[in-house]
Amino acid sequence: MGEAIVITSGKGGVGKTTTTANLGTALALMGKKVCLVDTDIGLRNLDVVMGLENRIIYDLVDVIKGRCKLNQALIRDKRFDCLHFLPAAQTSDKSEVTPEGMKRIIKQLKPDYDYILIDSPAGIELGYRNAVAGADKAIVVTTPEKSSVRDADRIIGLLEKENMDPPVLVINRIRNHMVKTGDMLDVDDIVTTLSIDLLGIIADDDEVIKASHHGEPVAFQPDTKASISYRNIARRILGEQVPLMAIEEDKGVFAKMKKFFGIGN
Amino acid sequence: MKTNKHVVTIKGTKDGLTLFIDDSCSFDQVIEELNIKLSSSLVDKDQPMIRVNVQVGNRYLTSEQEEIIREMIRSKNNLVVNEIISNVITKQEAIEWKKDSEVHTVLKIVRSGQVVEVRGDLLLIGDVNPGGKISATGNIYVMGQLKGIAHAGSNGDREAVIAASYMKPSQLRIADLISRSPDYETDGVHMECAFIDPERDQIVIDRLQTLSKIRSHLSIVERRMVNG
Repeated sequence: MGEAIVITSGKGGVGKTTTTANLGTALALMGKKVCLVDTDIGLRNLDVVMGLENRIIYDLVDVIKGRCKLNQALIRDKRFDCLHFLPAAQTSDKSEVTPEGMKRIIKQLKPDYDYILIDSPAGIELGYRNAVAGADKAIVVTTPEKSSVRDADRIIGLLEKENMDPPVLVINRIRNHMVKTGDMLDVDDIVTTLSIDLLGIIADDDEVIKASHHGEPVAFQPDTKASISYRNIARRILGEQVPLMAIEEDKGVFAKMKKFFGIGN
Repeated sequence: MKTNKHVVTIKGTKDGLTLFIDDSCSFDQVIEELNIKLSSSLVDKDQPMIRVNVQVGNRYLTSEQEEIIREMIRSKNNLVVNEIISNVITKQEAIEWKKDSEVHTVLKIVRSGQVVEVRGDLLLIGDVNPGGKISATGNIYVMGQLKGIAHAGSNGDREAVIAASYMKPSQLRIADLISRSPDYETDGVHMECAFIDPERDQIVIDRLQTLSKIRSHLSIVERRMVNG
């Protein structure tokens, strides 16, 4: 029996879809059977980030409306056989999906997969409620900005009312040099304010943007900072104890020498 | 029936007159005797107004009966009722009174968009995050970080105070007064309290230790907490 995890944030543009795609990829890399579900009806993106847009025939609304069977709508990833994807509808109205309908679909998916990752839309209205309806756990994504931390706080408050485990936190797009100068919240501040467990941190990395531009999740790459972060998070989801990766930027040779002689910071 | 005992006794003090009304006779008797006692002219017309306190002992007066007594005393020359004091209140009043003076302990992080409202005092064990709001008709004590909005004395009690382990609120409200955080970035402060300064008619924030000087009656709360 699989576990359904919703990935949500309240605020838009903090990296829910990117996180869903990359965690799915990372879990599939470890040989787990994973199904990604996009619930952002009308503004779907997950298919684009995964590079699977051209394969969509049926979607979530078709399944709920009974226009097709569930396995007809599921798309197999082009890189992994164990990674499947249920796309959101692009043209339908989001009110066609109800929390009950979502619960039914997730329940149907659970026996066939180890993990079901549900990508939630921004906001706290029906779309969010649909995404959360069938989930057992929740991952809250935030960036080190005040507005997105505020929205994450709001979402955590709402998630605490749901019948599920306490949510866990992923902090995305950390820019170390800005944290150091005090122009960005640091990880400790965010965790203290939100007071939920930290699942992982991801440094701001151009590779992520490049990768999604090419429809290849960054987690697929062997050695970029962001891909290691995503794979670490996947390992933590599987129950491993993995220390947080340092988000220090690579310094020049001179700085390294200074550090070696113990005169740098 | 005892006829020798006075139903109404009048005593004069430097604060004015005190009427002691016997609590074992009927209300009609009280009215009758009060009428007689007050009619025998006690004061001259050119004297200033005299404040009258009425002690009714263990008698319970309904608001109508109270009004009758007030009206009767008021109709006499130069007398004004200051207070009617009774040893007893109704169960209903007792329950209301308890509700207003109880300390409600809430264990929770009040997150953005959430509101906690209580009648009486609020002891919050946890934080109030930015965007969260707590409100109480009495005092507010926060064991944690106060970073949202707190409203003490929400029914208009200007004596109410707000105390927090860590004070960095976006707004503080006491009764009808509001103060907000400055527009520049500040660090919060540990162990502080807020109260209304009656001279400046605005909310001021000071060290927690000040509270014992300006609101010593708050220790009643402390005792209540100790006794459970």
